[in-house]
Amino acid sequence: MRICIIGGGIVGTLIARQLGRFDIEVMLIEKEYDAGLGVSKANSAIIHAGYDDEPGTYRARFCSKGNMLYDELARQLDIEVVRVGSHVLAFNNEQRNVLNKLYQQGLNNNIRNLRILERDEILDMEPNINPDVVASLYAPSAGITEPWQICIAATENAAANGVEFHFNEEVIDIDAQGNKIRRVITDKHEYQVDYVINAAGLYADRIANMAKDVAIPIHPRIGEYILLNKFTTADLIHSIIFPTPSKMGKGILVIPTVDKGILLGPTSSDLNYRLKDLRATSSEGLEQIVENAKKLIPGIDIKETVKTFAGCRPETSQKDFYLGASRKIYGFFNVAGMRSPGLTAAPAIAQWTCEELQKTYNLKFNLKKDYNPYRKKIFHYYNNISLEDYDKEIQRYPEAGRFVCVCNKITEKEVIEAIKRGATTLDAIKFRTRAMFGECQGGFCTHKILQILSRELGFPLEKIVYNNAKSYVVDGKVRK
Amino acid sequence: MNRLETDILVIGAGAAGMGAAICAANSGVSVIVVERNPDAGGILNQCIHNGFGLHYFKKEFTGPEFAYQLYSKTKESGIQFLFNHFLLQLDLKNKTAIFASEEGIKLIACKALIYTAGARERPFGSLLIPGDRVSGIFTAGVAQRLTNIENRLPGTKALILGSGDIGLIMARRLTLEGVEVVAVCERMPYPGGLARNIDQCLKDFGIPLLLSTTVTEVRGDGRLREVITSSLDENYNIIEGTQRSWSVDTLVLSVGLVPSTTPIMDYFSIDGKSRGVIVDNCMRTDKDWIFSAGNCVIIYDLVDYVTYQGEMAGRSAVNYIKNGNNPARYPIKKGNGVGVINCSYYVENSDLELYIRVNKPKEKAKLVVRSDNTIIYEGKPSAFIPSEMVRVKIKAEKIDDSFKKSSLVTEIIDL
Repeated sequence: MRICIIGGGIVGTLIARQLGRFDIEVMLIEKEYDAGLGVSKANSAIIHAGYDDEPGTYRARFCSKGNMLYDELARQLDIEVVRVGSHVLAFNNEQRNVLNKLYQQGLNNNIRNLRILERDEILDMEPNINPDVVASLYAPSAGITEPWQICIAATENAAANGVEFHFNEEVIDIDAQGNKIRRVITDKHEYQVDYVINAAGLYADRIANMAKDVAIPIHPRIGEYILLNKFTTADLIHSIIFPTPSKMGKGILVIPTVDKGILLGPTSSDLNYRLKDLRATSSEGLEQIVENAKKLIPGIDIKETVKTFAGCRPETSQKDFYLGASRKIYGFFNVAGMRSPGLTAAPAIAQWTCEELQKTYNLKFNLKKDYNPYRKKIFHYYNNISLEDYDKEIQRYPEAGRFVCVCNKITEKEVIEAIKRGATTLDAIKFRTRAMFGECQGGFCTHKILQILSRELGFPLEKIVYNNAKSYVVDGKVRK
Repeated sequence: MNRLETDILVIGAGAAGMGAAICAANSGVSVIVVERNPDAGGILNQCIHNGFGLHYFKKEFTGPEFAYQLYSKTKESGIQFLFNHFLLQLDLKNKTAIFASEEGIKLIACKALIYTAGARERPFGSLLIPGDRVSGIFTAGVAQRLTNIENRLPGTKALILGSGDIGLIMARRLTLEGVEVVAVCERMPYPGGLARNIDQCLKDFGIPLLLSTTVTEVRGDGRLREVITSSLDENYNIIEGTQRSWSVDTLVLSVGLVPSTTPIMDYFSIDGKSRGVIVDNCMRTDKDWIFSAGNCVIIYDLVDYVTYQGEMAGRSAVNYIKNGNNPARYPIKKGNGVGVINCSYYVENSDLELYIRVNKPKEKAKLVVRSDNTIIYEGKPSAFIPSEMVRVKIKAEKIDDSFKKSSLVTEIIDL
């Protein structure tokens, strides 16, 4: 029996890790060079508390549960999850009424430690919040993380437990003759499989089409973001700041990042389903972010911007996840429509998928004897080791004393380790080590990282790309 | 772990650091210079064009030649260099800096520290330019590094945003290497670089300079394919209908430098706005034993100026070690018309060397320095442009007669 997961985002990789616990054959196919480069890469990176989800939805069912699973996940995968807490701000009585509703909904969803705070207490906690605030819904269990790190960590851990990963390989067809999953055909190979888990994010509708399943009603919703310099803005806020939510969603937020920067966004505009590859920011979008973020935190200085970007998330007409076994195609299992709070819900959905597969298809997965749930992150030396120990470490590994990224203080050892773990592109190095992620955005280190990639992988500089096959960096030699 | 001791420790072996080291070592104190790169000279090493050293050496050099000339001087002075060393932290209490290198951890105790770390480039992301996130967008320094040192071309057809000197130099450099440079765009109504560079880098090669024009969108799928530019009105707002599409695979940015001060911002004061180290005219920071000079203080036009200021820091550090004095200092304020000024405080009874950048062009004006209402210095009437710094030297005697011990005010008075 063989299970094939299509899509290496947060859901796909966490399901791969869950299935990797068992004595079954599991493979994952991802069209990009790396895990987590789609929806998982560009979102608000928030572990939501779970008060926002109406009872009876998949969101309510999996969000608060997923939130709780993150502590164990962080411990096992050695990823950063920081429970910074969140405030939903109200600036008038009408908004205060919305907070009260959210509070009640939170109690129904079993969210612990929710409180409604009054102005003085809010400003004691977060002095830079707009002083016109009248109340906030405070949720201490809300947190922040780096979603791409989870994808990378889950991939490494699943691979160590025997799951087979195929990156840079695109599914182009699915053989479901007789309404039963038989083969998955990619641009490189074809595979006999018994079950397909459709975790293809924005492209889940395309995969469902290939399998001749009923259409999945998803469309892209684009969100733009602005990232501020961590060296100059870190103290502005310490928790996640939401406005009162509206019909279009949770609104534009001010979010601390685990790397101590500040993220502003997202905008929210629905796109035609054909525009799912769009990742462009717009001047209107960026203006809207600045305007709205300043309503929450007036002291934001937009001159401290280091990067702007956009991400698409799959939205469904039901405003809920699209989960479960296909009733039409035997062996086709959808984990799609992962709109907000998809990141928070993902660990719970991964567990549920494992159980649901066994229930639906009458299977019994047996635990692997040698299953190892742990994975260690790449060790970051700067400020994480005593000088004595660091000195000893450099005597063993001289490259631990060679600094590549000046802003985030990343050593050559860290970059080499990222390459050993599968990084082949500049973005893959960036997402694994935070090199090129600082205030100069690679100005001092891009050429060094190009050199290291070229040397370690044994291919010429011209072949190295930013993230996808078309994104070459240099165009040939000046002199032969 | 390795422990070293020195009288003066210099962090950064660019022009400012070498200037400081030479000056200090010539006074007979011991000097160690620590540098994170494998060689001395900093960014000079990739500036293979000429135009360096006309003031300092009274000769014209290329960047690497200027660096070599300075480095040769250090060889005569017994200065110890440590290359490939990266600053981890400062221990202010013990006047010790801690570095990592492939040899291990090194603790260097000193009597005075001189911080000369230079500047970094403003990245593309800070410009809030909308569009696709693609490869093919380089800061001018990165494009220069790739072309001149890594032997790699950034692309085949380029547009340059920003008419700062590095942008102009790269327009010529890329053209000489066969890259088609379609235009240089500048959002201000006047060029950002030196007049000689406009002539030698753009006019001589027929590259158009589009003033009051900026990039308003970048497009591409993976790699840059198209850049949209727009004209700006006098308030820097986009004039609708002026959008123009350029089919290029490369965008080079020359949009300004920012002093490199984040490694030390927890140890001594920097200016929140310019991000430069706050120093007095002796290049002393708010710690009596720490001095700073060069582009980590303010962004200079010429490496010659950077070297002079490094020398000043070196002299002051020696003076501090030998005499231990910490004389009174008074604020130097920016009055009308002054955009950037090199020092924030004036030390009593010292010669004053000022570097001033006006905040907008002046056809005819004069620079005035006063203490309260008494004029201490009055420059000759002339034209001023922001891209060309004014350098003024005022002798201590001239100031002391009329100094009111409150502050000095610099201003540009229209004539």
